[in-house]
Amino acid sequence: MCSGRYLPLTAASVMAALLSGAIAVPAHAATIQITIENMEFAPAEASAKVGDTIEWINRDVLVHTATARNGDFDVTTPAKRTVTSVLQEAGAVEYYCRYHPNMKAVLTIAP
Amino acid sequence: MFVRISAAIAALSLLGSAALAQGAKPTDPQIAHIAYTAGVIDIAAAKQAIEKAGNKDVKAFAQDMVRDHEAVNKQALDLVKKLKVTPEDNDTSKALSKQASEKLAELAKLKGAEYDKAYVANEVAYHKAVNGALETQLIPSASNAELKSLLQTGLKLFQGHQQHAEHVAAGMK
Repeated sequence: MCSGRYLPLTAASVMAALLSGAIAVPAHAATIQITIENMEFAPAEASAKVGDTIEWINRDVLVHTATARNGDFDVTTPAKRTVTSVLQEAGAVEYYCRYHPNMKAVLTIAP
Repeated sequence: MFVRISAAIAALSLLGSAALAQGAKPTDPQIAHIAYTAGVIDIAAAKQAIEKAGNKDVKAFAQDMVRDHEAVNKQALDLVKKLKVTPEDNDTSKALSKQASEKLAELAKLKGAEYDKAYVANEVAYHKAVNGALETQLIPSASNAELKSLLQTGLKLFQGHQQHAEHVAAGMK
C-alpha cells in the first residue's frame, strides 16, 4: 500500500524488505486484547492507536456487541468466539453492548 | 400506566418474606430450580412475543431473550450436573410458573401495539423483580461458590435485559 515511496529500490532490497516483513506491516501497528467475560469488558479502559487491531475475546456463552456510542465501530462477538477489528478513527470512545447496555467500557484511540 | 402488576412479579416479591416466615432460606437445589424456572418463564413469554409482536424492535428483543436465557439455562444445567445437585421443585417455583402462565393467557388476548407495549412493560417489571429476588434472597442464600458466581452473572444479565427492555419501551413512545 505504501510501495510508491520505495520506487528506487533494487530487487535485492525489495526481497530483503519482504523477508523481514518491513513493507507489509506498519511499524507501529499493535494487537490489543479485550476480553468479554461474565458480562464485563476487561480492561474497562484501554488505549490504542489508529491502525491497531483489537482482538475481542468473548468467553461468555452469550452473544455480545462492542458498539461505539459515536458510531465509529460496531462489532458483534458470537458466544465463545474471538473477533478482530482494526481501529479507523481517533478519539476517546465509549462503547457498550447493545444486547446488555449495562456493559460499558472506554477505548482511547490516539491518531 | 400499569395498574395490574404481574402475578409472577408479586410471587417474586413474596419470595423473601415466605422463606423468612418459615425461618429457612432456600437450599442450593431449590435456588437452582427457581433460577432455572425464572429463565424458562422469560423464554415462554419471548416465544409468544416472536409470534405476536408487530414492532420489529420488540420482536428482535424477544429473540435476544430466547437466545440469552436458553444459553444461560444450559450453562446452569451443566453446572448442577457437575455439582451433582438435582434442582428441587418448591413452592416459589410452582407459584412463579402458575402465575406466569396466567400472565401469558392475559397477554394472549391483546393485539397489535397494545400487545407490544404490554409485553415490553412486563419484561421491564419482570426483570426488575427477578433482580430483586437474586440480590436479596437467592445470591445471599447460595452456599456453593460456583452456583453463587453463576447467579451473580445472571444478575448482571437480568439487569442488562432490564435496561434493554427500558430502551425498547422508550423507543415505542
